[in-house]
Amino acid sequence: MEKPSASLWRKIKARYNLIGNECKNCGTRYFPPRIVCRKCGRKSKMSDFKFNGDGEIVSFTKISVPPDTFKDEAPYFVGVVKLAEGPQVEGHIIDNGGKIAIGTKVRAAFRKMYVDGDEGLIYYHYKFEPV
Amino acid sequence: MAGIVGYGAHLPIYRIKVEEIAKVWNDDASAIKNGLNISEKTVPGRDEDAATIAVEAARRAVKHAGIPATQIGAVYVGSESHPYAVKPTATIVMEAIGTGNNVMCADLEFACKAGTAGIQMAIGLVDSNMIKYGMSIGSDTSQGRPGDALEYTASAGGAAFIVGKEKNEIIANILKTISYTSDTPDFWRREGASFPTHSGRFTGEPGYFRHVINASKLLFEETGMKPSDFKYAVFHQPNGKFPTNAAKQLGFSENQIKPGLLTPIIGNTYSGSSMLGLAATLDVAKAGDMILVTSFGSGAGSDSFAIEVTENTDGKRKRIVPVSALIEKDRKYIDYSTYLKNRGSIMKT
Repeated sequence: MEKPSASLWRKIKARYNLIGNECKNCGTRYFPPRIVCRKCGRKSKMSDFKFNGDGEIVSFTKISVPPDTFKDEAPYFVGVVKLAEGPQVEGHIIDNGGKIAIGTKVRAAFRKMYVDGDEGLIYYHYKFEPV
Repeated sequence: MAGIVGYGAHLPIYRIKVEEIAKVWNDDASAIKNGLNISEKTVPGRDEDAATIAVEAARRAVKHAGIPATQIGAVYVGSESHPYAVKPTATIVMEAIGTGNNVMCADLEFACKAGTAGIQMAIGLVDSNMIKYGMSIGSDTSQGRPGDALEYTASAGGAAFIVGKEKNEIIANILKTISYTSDTPDFWRREGASFPTHSGRFTGEPGYFRHVINASKLLFEETGMKPSDFKYAVFHQPNGKFPTNAAKQLGFSENQIKPGLLTPIIGNTYSGSSMLGLAATLDVAKAGDMILVTSFGSGAGSDSFAIEVTENTDGKRKRIVPVSALIEKDRKYIDYSTYLKNRGSIMKT
């Protein structure tokens, strides 16, 4: 059983709700959130931004040989999704019977990502689901 | 009294048919289908539990209500399959819908009626002006012991309701709610036990029917209403047969219970059962329609509600994901082995 770390707790908002940030100086949005805007440097004015989770698949792959963490989940899909509101985001893609292909529209669903044995924490996360 | 300002539902995409389970145990599938009035049930995905179902339903409810989640002052989650024994499901939900930290939260358990108990609590808080909006969710990934009759019905799903008192936001007025409660040992699950135990036929008359019938009659007495005053009725649905019999005993027709009778095609979603039935009924109800809802939780008790649909319902309807769409969407039929894997009963070593 892992002991949950403070860094994990800090990521809950991002993992549950796709909360990244936006540079108010230039309008560039980031996920995961960045401390400093890549374009504006020290002129950055970073502010939380909640992405609505809608987007489309720009790349994906089927994982058949998983790490131990996901040994019961294989085969499963992971990919890169271009959010309608800006950045490209990595994530698991739910195989709901819909077509998983480049260009498929997806939404951000709320799912279990990983369960730490019988006594550890349950880790919840966004996953992308074809719509 | 406060009314419903929004609701949302969620069902997993996986289904298993009665025939598939019956094949494993050498049961007579047609006898079970006729006896329980059920043909298939939902099964949670490996990445779903009562919390994920609650969050999906809650997010849809917020969208339907069209209110800022930050104005929700209470979140209650009723379930008998909370993912943690200690650590609330409600905190996962409040974080995932973004209520902010100024919110009352608690997990509730009253077998299959904890979600409707939460609606009653939210009504009290809203009517006493302690909060502006309150949310209650019934969500379960219910358990059925392999080979037991419950295995044919125990399914997964949930629904979330938001109550408030702004007249221009209410889609359905809650005119009255009452409860009928007793200490009845019809069905239970001890701490640490994987599956519930039930008292067989005892769950019927002294359990389900006594409470559902008496709660409904108590509501009639206190409101002066009768079955013919209601366009629709929704009863808790442990199988397809009990609610049909209860409706008949009370004097309701098959047409009155039809929109909300979901168990024959999705199974018994436990805490989600009567709330999903209400959601499906509100999906089709029109302004002025009266709806009776009577839940049931073993142990035992029933909450009964008299609900009147308002003119605001049409304006918000386009934001609803109807229960019928969730039932039809992306259905995936699985075999018994996959069912065991999804339930976490078998895994790689």
